[in-house]
Amino acid sequence: MSLLQVKNLVVEFPSRKGTLRALDDISFDIAPGEILGVVGESGAGKSLTGAAIIGLLEPPGRIGGGEILLEGKRIDNLPYAQMRAIRGRKIGAIFQDPLTSLNPLYSVGRQLIETITTHLPLNARQARARAIELLQDTGIPAAEQRIDHYPHQFSGGMRQRVVIALALAAEPKLIVADEPTTALDVSIQAQIITLLKTICKDRGAAVMLITHDMGVIAETCDRVAVMYAGRIAEIGPVHEVINHPSHPYTSGLMACIPDMSQDRENLHQIDGAMPRLNAIPQGCAFNPRCTKTFDKCVQHRPNLLKAGNTHAACWLHEAGGAA
Amino acid sequence: MNNNNATQPLVRATDLAKTFDVSAPWLNRVIERKPKMLLKAVNGVSFDIERGKTLALVGESGCGKSTVARLLVGLYEPTRGGFHFDGVDAHAAFKTAEGRKLRRRVQMVFQDPYASLNPRWTVGDIIAEPLREHEILSDTGEIDQRVGELLQSVGLSALDRVKFPHQFSGGQRQRISIARALATQPEFLVCDEPTSALDVSVQAQVLNIMKDLQRKHGLTYLFISHNLAVVRHVSDQVGVMYLGGLVELADKHTLFDTPRHPYTRMLLDAIPKMHDTGKARTAVAGEVPNPLNPPTGCAFHPRCPHANARCSNEKPEMLMHSGVRVACHAVEEGRI
Repeated sequence: MSLLQVKNLVVEFPSRKGTLRALDDISFDIAPGEILGVVGESGAGKSLTGAAIIGLLEPPGRIGGGEILLEGKRIDNLPYAQMRAIRGRKIGAIFQDPLTSLNPLYSVGRQLIETITTHLPLNARQARARAIELLQDTGIPAAEQRIDHYPHQFSGGMRQRVVIALALAAEPKLIVADEPTTALDVSIQAQIITLLKTICKDRGAAVMLITHDMGVIAETCDRVAVMYAGRIAEIGPVHEVINHPSHPYTSGLMACIPDMSQDRENLHQIDGAMPRLNAIPQGCAFNPRCTKTFDKCVQHRPNLLKAGNTHAACWLHEAGGAA
Repeated sequence: MNNNNATQPLVRATDLAKTFDVSAPWLNRVIERKPKMLLKAVNGVSFDIERGKTLALVGESGCGKSTVARLLVGLYEPTRGGFHFDGVDAHAAFKTAEGRKLRRRVQMVFQDPYASLNPRWTVGDIIAEPLREHEILSDTGEIDQRVGELLQSVGLSALDRVKFPHQFSGGQRQRISIARALATQPEFLVCDEPTSALDVSVQAQVLNIMKDLQRKHGLTYLFISHNLAVVRHVSDQVGVMYLGGLVELADKHTLFDTPRHPYTRMLLDAIPKMHDTGKARTAVAGEVPNPLNPPTGCAFHPRCPHANARCSNEKPEMLMHSGVRVACHAVEEGRI
């Protein structure tokens, strides 16, 4: 059974000019131990999906429909106090900027121990021992001394390791990692990705990895969901999506990335930009930028259709794929 | 002035260095007996860029890439060394009246398209500012026409000049920055991470425009980036920087096909590969040291798998090894 199921999730922002739909009909599930990548450009709704699952939507944003189920139980309509017990215990979170996700006034040890004692029945001494163990597991040298240091005494990569230790503190089943490596240099990024991968494998935790970096997705994930303008454009096994993309947006996105192995005079480019929420075109949201648009794309909005081994929201794949 | 120097590189930096004084205030130094603290942001960087070519500088944050950029456009004055533009000592010239003419020929594109455009000015005013400031055009009609042409050359509409920066997306703003930099018809453009704040599809648009403009106007670029894939796409020559110094300077193909310096190899290994998924890559050990307290000898030796006693004592010089300039004892001794 899936660990996390998201069914027809809608997230709305009420505004004076009417309600804006930031996420529209998102459905996916994550199996235990699986790493699902969520990729897309800024404003596609990646982080919002993550925030909706952790229950940290910023008001006035609200869930306007659909369900989120964790281990078969609905969590999207839980009262604040109950959600608080799940967050941290069953769902861990890692955010982009490790400096802002740690409290600068407390030592990292105090922050770890707070999380551990909130969620697990341990006394202060046991919690401290566990905190040191967590820091060691995330590859922080001399953890016994470092535990009493403050966040500013750590480098960016080390801080992100502390944040990962915090997310793992109560052994959650699911970790939502929102751009965990974007603020880091490439060499440190490689270390953090390797760490995240091994640690989740060892503990059997499922990960929802939100990023805009296709390279990170390719190296880390089992499956990937490509988002565009608040919807899933394509979802499927990672090498299928990367090597044989079915949605024109996915193939365009892949071609945009400068390739290390070949020379090209000009990069492929997708003209235009992602539509604003208040001006999402009728039919397929991608149709004004798509090179394969036909009549139906302008009139009707496609749902996810089977396309080879992946699913793509594109009319080209209607009736088993005429393309 | 520039008749018989066709063979001479347009840009020549020799032993450029910039040191920042980051000491505590004088009173604290006296009372707490703290020493002066000097941060060597750039420490002896030399390179040439030929006319119409692109040199890319890569490296991790804090390695001094942006400081080099700012030295070249005259935003900083070097502590040591110099920069010759078209045979003229640029930093000496910047101080004289001739300097204005030189500044016209060297322009810069900044990283953050949100911070580098004045939000209270229209796009037309922003692009016209260099034209007015350098007294290239004075007639309002002519300025309007030139601004229109510049906007069109970066793929925007001439009518966009009455709009304000907030009405544009990130990629469009970066194109406005490029149009502004091109207004004085410069020969040399310093681009400090021009696409790192942009999404991939928009990054592709901006990179294509930059390449088209280079072909059309014969521009020379210094392109700064931490993204090696982007660097490979745009550059002719690549310089790899580590902790304030160049460690390897080579032709693009040589550098990417046969990297010599262990740091370059490490950087190339660290890039996530798109097409062999699930393959474990060699994890990179360690982090960039604190530039206030750099390691002795070769700055990279604490992270280097090939380091020996000589590396920790003696700073390697940039030497030619089969057409590539590398600063590494192990390469020099033929150990790797």
